[in-house]
Amino acid sequence: MKPRRLRRAVFARIPRAWLTPLAIIGLVVALAWIVVAFTASSFIPFSPTEQSLPRLQPPGGEALLGTDGLGRDVFSRLMAGAGVTIPLALLLVAVSTLVGVIVGAIAGFFGRWVDEALMRVTDLVMAFPTVILAMVIAASLGPSLFNAVIAGIVVSWPQYARVTRSLVLSLRTQNYVVAGRLLGYSPLRSLLRDILPNIAGPVLVLAALDIGTAILLLSGLSFLGLGAQPPTAEWGSMISEAMRNFDSWWIGVFPGLAILTVVMAFNFLGDSLRDILDPTSQTERESAGVAHAPAQAAGSDR
Amino acid sequence: MTAAPVLSIRGLTVAFGTRKRPTPIVNGVDLDLVPGRIQGLAGESGSGKTVTAMSVLGLLPRTAQLGGSVRLGETELLGLRRRDLSRIRGRRIAMVFQDPSASLHPQLTIGHQLTDHVRTHLGLSRTEARQRAVDLLERVHVPDPADALGRYPHQFSGGQRQRIAIAIALACEPEVVLADEPTTALDVTVQAGILHLLRDLALERQLAVLLVTHDLGVMSAIADDVAVMRHGTIVERGPREQIFTRPEHPYTRELLTALPESDFTDERARTALAERDSADDPEVGP
Amino acid sequence: MSDLLQVEDLVVEYGGRHPVRAVDGISLTVRAGEVLALVGESGCGKSSTARAVVGMEKPAGGAVRYHGEPVPPLGLRTRAAALTAMQMVFQDPNSSLNPRKRVAAQVADGVAAARARGAGGPQEAGHWLEQVGLDRALAARYPHQLSGGQRQRVAIARSIAARPDLIVADEPISALDASSQAGVAAMMRRLCLDAGAGMLFISHDLSVVRQIADRTAVMYRGRIVESGATEVVWNDPVHPYTRALLAAIPRADGKGNLPQAPAAEAPAEWASEVPEALERA
Repeated sequence: MKPRRLRRAVFARIPRAWLTPLAIIGLVVALAWIVVAFTASSFIPFSPTEQSLPRLQPPGGEALLGTDGLGRDVFSRLMAGAGVTIPLALLLVAVSTLVGVIVGAIAGFFGRWVDEALMRVTDLVMAFPTVILAMVIAASLGPSLFNAVIAGIVVSWPQYARVTRSLVLSLRTQNYVVAGRLLGYSPLRSLLRDILPNIAGPVLVLAALDIGTAILLLSGLSFLGLGAQPPTAEWGSMISEAMRNFDSWWIGVFPGLAILTVVMAFNFLGDSLRDILDPTSQTERESAGVAHAPAQAAGSDR
Repeated sequence: MTAAPVLSIRGLTVAFGTRKRPTPIVNGVDLDLVPGRIQGLAGESGSGKTVTAMSVLGLLPRTAQLGGSVRLGETELLGLRRRDLSRIRGRRIAMVFQDPSASLHPQLTIGHQLTDHVRTHLGLSRTEARQRAVDLLERVHVPDPADALGRYPHQFSGGQRQRIAIAIALACEPEVVLADEPTTALDVTVQAGILHLLRDLALERQLAVLLVTHDLGVMSAIADDVAVMRHGTIVERGPREQIFTRPEHPYTRELLTALPESDFTDERARTALAERDSADDPEVGP
Repeated sequence: MSDLLQVEDLVVEYGGRHPVRAVDGISLTVRAGEVLALVGESGCGKSSTARAVVGMEKPAGGAVRYHGEPVPPLGLRTRAAALTAMQMVFQDPNSSLNPRKRVAAQVADGVAAARARGAGGPQEAGHWLEQVGLDRALAARYPHQLSGGQRQRVAIARSIAARPDLIVADEPISALDASSQAGVAAMMRRLCLDAGAGMLFISHDLSVVRQIADRTAVMYRGRIVESGATEVVWNDPVHPYTRALLAAIPRADGKGNLPQAPAAEAPAEWASEVPEALERA
């Protein structure tokens, strides 16, 4: 009886939208990869960089997923690679979000020439194709994973600035924001207390959806040799190295699958987060009851 | 009372939500609509009055679980296939909404919308349909009807749009008209004209009208019979004058006491009203 | 009695090159301890007037003076402490409260404004919630856990916690259920008068206004067509528009009397100027 009640209590607190199969798959897979990323070093059987095994062994032997052209264990490199790409992708998204939100909030709140100037800069960045711009920046900074992250930040903050700016513009005229100003809130306080907390939802969704893109970008740059440098175990560079031993499919396929699963997982996660936070989907849910369910009941579901 | 009802609602229940945990919105409503009479259905937001009206026409989302019976003459409407229902909708039962834009297509001319309707349902020729459209617009007092046919909804004022929506509702000579807050979005000076129109049309065309509104002033002006709804049930019903001058149910007494333009007051209802918002509403849980 | 608020020949326009004139030169005053109602139908300019009074809208002409000083537009500068004694109550209770702040914190904002101005008064949110007829326990809730009526009362509590001497209320009751409208309006009047404050109460509902306003001004197409003591305007309207407006209100007496409908939509005489209809006593 008791565990059942507990389970019901737990599930009651989880919004319905979370319980779709895609959301659950996304959550489980993404969490699994994050755990791997931070614990890989403790469970991998071989060093990801040491060339200690016979070369080009197929999967199933001593090396679970085979070895590459330099006699390194693909499984160990795969797991270690998670620890390289995922944390850096998270960092990339976090910094871009921060920069974008700050720029967008300033533009939206102060308006006039400040807005004009900042938005022209974002337009400038957004006018270039993302990947090509990132390549140019990474190449000019010199090939390294850290520089790839910087290139990623430079190309992805403008979208956050755009979204933040438009949200700030629409919230600025909300009654509660005006009420705060009439009570003597300074513009900065109004921004920090009344506006930003209320745009956090949509910005988080954007960020969640962007994690997959960031992983692709970092792996892509590494694949092109502009990111991680040998012998670092990075998925993109592993695929790139696999091209030298085309017959040994396992060297490239497993990192490819890793990228596929992690990107899809974060996208599923972002999508369901959007469904949960999207005000229109919420109204839809309420409107079932609404049209004339007690107004309070509509308000009570979070 | 006077004539046999054309539309009878018996024990109507509506619930939303999952089958396991349905949220009841309407709990057993009985109503009869009689030709030439306006049946008022009053209640505040959340009382279930609009859902009651919508369920008659099958306009509720598919997740709604309905029970009871809604009979139009010999036809049971609940459980009718959507296709059969849509034949009845517009043809025998018409609806007038709070927002006239909901029943008017913004990108089609008024003439198009009026004649299309008539031609599909009544099988009239183009010229016959056009003449009918002009007559209808004239009847609802839209100025210069022939010219109005060529114009678009946004070229009319809110009051005129509602008149046009009423004309469309009447186009196929329905027996029953469901009017859901038909004047709520209008200014009082415009509302007065629409009330006259509804009252006259009900008598002249022997329409059985269900008037759903929260506005007791409107109710008092044109309803013949009044039912007061709260939390999905009808708490009191009767002829208009009785409800407004000798209400029995405490809730009806509260509603009337709260109204500055009503003559009815009751001290106990006044205190109950004062406590309504302050008390911790059990339906609102943290 | 001194004038708290003086509006002189106020003009409000919207749009750039071909502006639409929403308010077309109106003048009014609100004194301490009185309620002035500004009534009219949709689009008559009453809400634009309210927004211009608090500084949300920059007047295209005329002046708004509060305690004799012009009201600056609500721009990028922080409101001067003295101006926080002018508070506003909005129409839509759903957007008046910050969805991410508890009720207690929102009311505390009002208290903080009063303190910053050096006005004393009770500090706890619970006190102000009780003032507006709400249970103290609601202080711990978020706005979405309240009904619409409760939210509007919280918004009112927040503004009176700022110890205002002028409240501008823009259709504060029209989003509420009919049964609570008159009660909330009466409560607002009581709170205002108890604090010795004045109120500019904007509404389209004349029957409620009749009960709470000392003076009434009727607006039509951006102008005040009739004004004066509420009972005089109500019992003996002079301007054709006021007459039509009053005659169109349906009375809930159960007699089945249809309200009088104007012969035409917006007849020309409604826009006529009737000098004797202004400042009636």
